[in-house]
Amino acid sequence: MEFLSYLINGISLGSVYAIIALGYTMVYGIAKMLNFAHGDVIMVGSYIVFIAVNQMGLPPLVAIVLSMAVCTVLGIVIERFAYKPLRGASSLAVLITAIGVSYLLQNLALLIWGADPKSFTSVVGIPPLHLAGGQLVISGETIVTIVVGAIIMAGLIFFVNNTKMGRAMLAVSEDKGAAQLMGINVNSTIAMTFAIGSALAAVAGVLLCSAYPTLQPTTGAMPGIKAFTAAVFGGIGSIPGAFVGGILLGIIEIMSKAYISTQLADAIVFAVLIIVLLVRPTGLMGKKISEKV
Amino acid sequence: MNSLKTMKKSTRSNLVTYGIVIGFYVVMQLLVSGGMLSNSMQGMLVPICTYVVLAVSLNLTVGILGELSLGHAGFMSAGAFSGAVFWVIAGVNMPAPLGLALAMLIGGVVAGVFGFVIGIPVLRLRGDYLAIVTLAFGEIIKNVLNAIYLGWDSNGLHFSLSDSAALNLEEGGEVIINGAIGITGMKKASTFTAGIILVLLTLFVVLNLVNSRAGRAIMSIRDNRIAAEATGINVTKYKLMAFITSAFLAGMAGVLYALNMSALAARKFDYNTSILVLVFVVLGGIGNIRGSIIAAAVLYVLPEMLRGLNDYRMLIYAIILIVVMIFNQSPQVVAWRAQVWEKLSTIGFFQKLAKLKKQSKGEA
Amino acid sequence: MALLEVMNVGIAFGGLQAVAQLDMKIEKGHLYGLIGPNGAGKTTVFNLLTGVYRPTEGDIILDGKNITGNAPAKINQAGIARTFQNIRLFDQMTVLDNVKIGLHNQIKYSMWTGIFRLPGFKDKEQQMEYQAMKLLKIFDLDKEANLPASSLPYGKQRKLEIARALATNPKLLLLDEPAAGMNPSESEELMNTIKFVQKEFDVAILLIEHDMNFVMGICEYIYVLDYGRIIAQGTGESIRNNPKVIAAYLGGD
Repeated sequence: MEFLSYLINGISLGSVYAIIALGYTMVYGIAKMLNFAHGDVIMVGSYIVFIAVNQMGLPPLVAIVLSMAVCTVLGIVIERFAYKPLRGASSLAVLITAIGVSYLLQNLALLIWGADPKSFTSVVGIPPLHLAGGQLVISGETIVTIVVGAIIMAGLIFFVNNTKMGRAMLAVSEDKGAAQLMGINVNSTIAMTFAIGSALAAVAGVLLCSAYPTLQPTTGAMPGIKAFTAAVFGGIGSIPGAFVGGILLGIIEIMSKAYISTQLADAIVFAVLIIVLLVRPTGLMGKKISEKV
Repeated sequence: MNSLKTMKKSTRSNLVTYGIVIGFYVVMQLLVSGGMLSNSMQGMLVPICTYVVLAVSLNLTVGILGELSLGHAGFMSAGAFSGAVFWVIAGVNMPAPLGLALAMLIGGVVAGVFGFVIGIPVLRLRGDYLAIVTLAFGEIIKNVLNAIYLGWDSNGLHFSLSDSAALNLEEGGEVIINGAIGITGMKKASTFTAGIILVLLTLFVVLNLVNSRAGRAIMSIRDNRIAAEATGINVTKYKLMAFITSAFLAGMAGVLYALNMSALAARKFDYNTSILVLVFVVLGGIGNIRGSIIAAAVLYVLPEMLRGLNDYRMLIYAIILIVVMIFNQSPQVVAWRAQVWEKLSTIGFFQKLAKLKKQSKGEA
Repeated sequence: MALLEVMNVGIAFGGLQAVAQLDMKIEKGHLYGLIGPNGAGKTTVFNLLTGVYRPTEGDIILDGKNITGNAPAKINQAGIARTFQNIRLFDQMTVLDNVKIGLHNQIKYSMWTGIFRLPGFKDKEQQMEYQAMKLLKIFDLDKEANLPASSLPYGKQRKLEIARALATNPKLLLLDEPAAGMNPSESEELMNTIKFVQKEFDVAILLIEHDMNFVMGICEYIYVLDYGRIIAQGTGESIRNNPKVIAAYLGGD
């Protein structure tokens, strides 16, 4: 029973990682860049919800929509002003710029909201579920997180495969030049990808802070790195890969904490990643790339 | 004849690099003895040397070998902790320079071993996958160090992953590494002079390596791996060589850093530190050793210089970083700059400037 | 015994048989051509011979030694050097350093000698410099020795690639479209250089080329590849008149 409860917690945490990892993976697939600032967009999204609920007294659902809107705009603005000028530059240049954006967001948050941690009140109003005669208790946050994760995943797969915009994204990630020749507007497709990724980050932020209720300017950094790991784990650029990678990572983390060591949980997560990459150098579901000679 | 000139050119360029470091040392010493350097600036001298060594050694991986590493702080901490443990147990009773030198050597060797271990997956992975693995390794090292308890008594070293009580030290025994708290109450040993010597040593190793048979092999892998293989270069061997050398130097820098403080905790060496060093390397110019030195020194001091701006300083730092990247790297901006430059060069003064620029470019 | 013997070599990518039942014999010091229509598998043959691809069947014997499945670096050390169809130079390095990389396994000293400038360093570097410059002179590249390789014009880049390959002291040199993108007079000059190299270095050469005048002009023996199989072989004259070859090029059956 204990194991089952850890497993459910793991899937829940993994769902959050998966939602963040989707943002990483979509952006990577299309712009071939590691968006290091993605984790900080999560943090911004969480602050927006915090303020909307605690200071403006808005209902949680409205706050979340507001937060998604703000993050969407933020994502587009970042892409337009920091990344777009660097299209065609070396990937290292883009990476460093993304790090700069990450510093910028963290320090802006520090200026606006201060360094002291805010205690985030959960926006989930669902009571915990008692199963097996009270032996297995699943919190409302856990249920909501898993459900939301599943919905987002399904929605995203539908969007990519069945809408014009989604197919344009696939085309751009396959071959930017060819997509352009087929009449696809590459710039707006990339902007759209950032918008979707950032909106998802807002959702992830709310879920994350509802489960782990401390909020400070660096809140997004570590989950960002973990989700990035999850994306690589699953095969970066692959949407199902990000989902599988995220869930697995969450389960491994929770299980390590429960059965091995809290201190070493992160080390174990990263060690598993390395082993996976040694066996499958492009991740679980990544495409194998070979250089043409 | 032609080639003789280049030999001289690269030697000359290297001498300028050494000269900059020595000049910096002399000026700082003069300022210190004249009482013209504030305490906070004096306190930054050893860290500056540390970050210069880190940047130069990372440039060996990123610029010379051409592989992105996000785990340089991991090597630094592996070196810092092993060197500090040696220092606490034995080095502290030796003459300070000897104790420090031995600590650095041990730190370097331990970090080098880590470099070897990490180098093995590096050989299988490329690009962004490699970057994430180095990041993961760095985080693993940090996490494990955070969980280590190490003590010492007459029976020797005691080790535990649970807590300091589990060390079962006998009376008079001493806890050296106390989990996440790390090492405390260390006697400082690092000096600015030691730091500069380490910088010079690093430069000596890296510059000589680059201008030798092995260095050329490493660079050929960077420029075209497939051609390097077809030309008979043992890619595995030279990738490992570059990685281990880079880790060794970072480990020594870690010891310099650690023994400059009385307390040492693993959380300092997270990926943010790795990224900070990477920023130095990229802004100094990938593959440009002299650039790494200058960028590390200037960018380390910059936030301090901006201290008057208080809370805004890191914000400004971030903006500078983004603007510089776009200014230097954006294809459109680069083209635009070339255009402006061309227009300006019709004016006499700028013509001279262009000439000077050309000359200095030939030297680099 | 032939220098290189290729026996029944084949490779399949997934279900696609790119090269099949390849048999070739290359004698020491002679000049061979490998021709065939686009997509016939010529570069794949080079990739098989140099270890970029591992054959799914067959054996490759160089100088009596079975090198099938060896890594590219080992095959180079065994004595096969090559150039690439899409030029692969060490772009950021100088022209001279490109050739010095070629000399990597010819003139050796350890990493420690390099770092600490131990005795022998200067000597070995001078030897390297001398030999590299000698090679560059043959290809008329000595004046560009200190320029970055990427700054050379196209034709000279092709020549530098050959110089670098030669520096590895090969027994067999594989040239993948050496005259591509050259004008007739450059191409003529390259023909002379290749002949000179063959004599001077006593090296066997196998080259892929689309320019028939070039191939007929210098190759002593020609293999014709179509759909991954050798469809004809022989001297230039016999190839020119072979109906199978004509059909392959004209697309008839």
